[in-house]
Amino acid sequence: MFAYYFQLGLRSLRRNPALTALMVMAIGFGVAASMTTYAVFRAVSGNPIPGKSAQLFTPLVDNWGPQQNLQGEPPDALDYVDAMALMRAQQAKRQTLLYQVQMSVLPGGDRDLPVSANGYAVYGDFFPMFDVPFQYGSGWSAQDDEARSSDVVISAQLNQKLFGGVNSVGRTVNFSGHDYRVVGVTRPWDPKPRFFDLFNTTGFKDASDFYMPFTRAQDLQMRSNGGNSCRGSLTFTGWEDYRQSNCVWITAWVELDSAAAVARYRRFLEGYASDQQKAGRFAWSPNVRLYDVMQWLDVRRVVPPESRISLLVALGFFAICLVNTIGLLLAKFLRRAGEIGVRRALGASRREIYAQYLIEAGTVGLAGGVLGLLLTAAGVAGVGVLFPPQIAKLAQLDMSLVGLTLLVAIIATVLAAFYPAWRAARVQPAWQLKSN
Amino acid sequence: MTLHPILAALRKHKAGVVLIAMQIALTLAIVCNAVFIIGQRIERVNRPTGLDESNLFLITQQWVDAPGEDTPGGVDKLDAMQLEDLAALRQVPDVVSVAPINSMPLLDSSWNGAIASKPGDTQFRGKSVTRTTYYFSDDQMLPTLGVRLVAGRAFNAGDVGHQGFRDQRDPDIVILTKALADKLFPNGAVGKAVYLNGGNKPVTVIGVVERMQVPYAGGGDEVAWNSTLIPTRLNANFARYAVRTKPGRLDDVMRAVTPALYKVNPMRVLDDDSVRSFTEIRDKAYRADLGMAILMGVVCLILLCVTAAGIVGLTSFWVGQRHRQIGVRRALGARKIDILHYFQIENLLIAGSGVVIGVLLAVGLNQWLMSHYEMTRIPILYVLTGVLAMLAIGQAAVFVPARRASNVPPVVATRAV
Repeated sequence: MFAYYFQLGLRSLRRNPALTALMVMAIGFGVAASMTTYAVFRAVSGNPIPGKSAQLFTPLVDNWGPQQNLQGEPPDALDYVDAMALMRAQQAKRQTLLYQVQMSVLPGGDRDLPVSANGYAVYGDFFPMFDVPFQYGSGWSAQDDEARSSDVVISAQLNQKLFGGVNSVGRTVNFSGHDYRVVGVTRPWDPKPRFFDLFNTTGFKDASDFYMPFTRAQDLQMRSNGGNSCRGSLTFTGWEDYRQSNCVWITAWVELDSAAAVARYRRFLEGYASDQQKAGRFAWSPNVRLYDVMQWLDVRRVVPPESRISLLVALGFFAICLVNTIGLLLAKFLRRAGEIGVRRALGASRREIYAQYLIEAGTVGLAGGVLGLLLTAAGVAGVGVLFPPQIAKLAQLDMSLVGLTLLVAIIATVLAAFYPAWRAARVQPAWQLKSN
Repeated sequence: MTLHPILAALRKHKAGVVLIAMQIALTLAIVCNAVFIIGQRIERVNRPTGLDESNLFLITQQWVDAPGEDTPGGVDKLDAMQLEDLAALRQVPDVVSVAPINSMPLLDSSWNGAIASKPGDTQFRGKSVTRTTYYFSDDQMLPTLGVRLVAGRAFNAGDVGHQGFRDQRDPDIVILTKALADKLFPNGAVGKAVYLNGGNKPVTVIGVVERMQVPYAGGGDEVAWNSTLIPTRLNANFARYAVRTKPGRLDDVMRAVTPALYKVNPMRVLDDDSVRSFTEIRDKAYRADLGMAILMGVVCLILLCVTAAGIVGLTSFWVGQRHRQIGVRRALGARKIDILHYFQIENLLIAGSGVVIGVLLAVGLNQWLMSHYEMTRIPILYVLTGVLAMLAIGQAAVFVPARRASNVPPVVATRAV
């Protein structure tokens, strides 16, 4: 029966073509608008490291105090003193500090002018903590951190540029006038949003080119290429003054396996801040935070407001299209009251009529979904108009989106058809036959 | 014509009436707010930077083997390199003026702090202290950017110093924007002392410029022009230079500066992104705002079409259903115009109830947006315009089916369907 009703549904698409076209277009536009904005929303609000997002935490310590912090919240990064104290304490299974550095590199080949390379100064734990995949070699060890060695891990892209993509482990590369030994080449790796560096970025940036030891970067007095935030009237010159100042520029991450470990680390943070208070460095009681990845994304408001508002508008738009569809389906079905009367008189039950019209609505939904799919493809391609390119290129029409588009179109239309189909099923056969 | 028969007839079509009214209400709510958002975004994009934006471009470059800022004499060496670049840029044909600068309006890279008319004040309470953005440049800044001085004097060559990029040191003199000066000193700022970042060192205001926007595009009007200009060159392994060219010579000069700088020192990073005209900077800063406006515009347009089409569809259905009754009315003496008016008034009633609910929804949605996003109260004018537009669309949509109804011949009454 399903196949037959489906066939009837297809045939009725051709009846009152204007009305049908209107419905199909309303559903198509509605679902396309929703799906396009949803594709962007999904891209920006996704979990960048699904397996470990609940085990990675970024600690924050209020080193500015209630007079100068932002509405009682600690700054979004650490100053050098606190960062090093947390790092030396080794209270977590793994831990790293990181900040953004920019260097220049001579690409070799036919180009003899330097290009810039963006990367991070990190500790060796960075790579296992964040599951960085390697093509060649690996990260460096804790001994290398301590030895402050001139190691570097480069991205597949930079490896392609510098060494033509061959295994370059052990080769030397010159960044900004200093030699570094390549110890590893990552596979293309660029979690979106870039959860580990939300202090310097809004979560979306071109992939990093390299990672170098934090300790080595400190020896070279490399300053952060990213954010730097200071409070109060400061007067200083020089590197050591800067490192001892209240300027925040370092992000810390720790890996904590269990709830007990998290609680322990939290106590350690509180204890550290209270020690600082006792030592007279802080004139306020401990004010610390420990955010996991998803909380941190939320705190830093990674999802752009454009994305949320446009998703909302699109959903409202879809709702209107559905209300419209209810009205049009009502008109389409009741126009055939006579036909329904005949069927009922010939013995069809209400349930049969109900099923037939729901399936017919389903075919309308399917047609709308196909149109919606085409429009979604166009919309996803045009997302670049609304969002910055780094975000726009994340929105893609993959199989799950195709399936979702069709599914949403059909389900929404069938839902919208409940009332019109119910009205159709209630048509009185006697009355219809009499008036004929 | 009395309303009673219309109301009585509508009672028979509750579902259709509710659907049309609901659709009109939702459309009104969304379109009002969407148009309001478009208006706000366009207003923001049209906010003046205070700069003479034509014939202006920015170079951002980085030296490869620059001395560290903290090595002995490093800052001085960096400054010498910067001065050398500036001299070379001034030699490029058709360059009018060049200034080193740490950022530009709309560039989204800023050095922010607090500025107060009293020492030691960092609490943002009262009128004596406010947030500000610092621009570090030299005596060529005002002519290069095309910013107009309205009081006091501009920096001269003797005022200009230099310091390491991350060094923190209060300057002796500053120039404020008019917006900032008026906030701190309603009776004239020139010659007065300001205190930066809660410090105690008095810094003299020597001049006031008409307007200069801060580097971030998204801020509200209350901070958008709070700039403080400091006569200091910042020295680091990178530098930014603003360049003003002779009218119409922008593209040529933009092409000519790269070789000129490479000639001074080839060991630097200077690629396609390094030389950007102010137009590009502006486009990038407002890309999201413009995109949002376009999206909202498209959504509104489709929404209005869908709603109008829905009204046409349902009214056509009603006309078909009442074919015979219309024939009877015509046979009993109703004129064509009476039938036309009947459907028009019917639509007006439905749309009228729809817009009443729609106004409530629109205000509610606006309240919700205000509590969740940076949004202001929607002016009543937007809502009223929306109401009139919805009623007009309803009337336009109903016209075609209503005219078809009015063309039903009286003879239909005599036929048994």
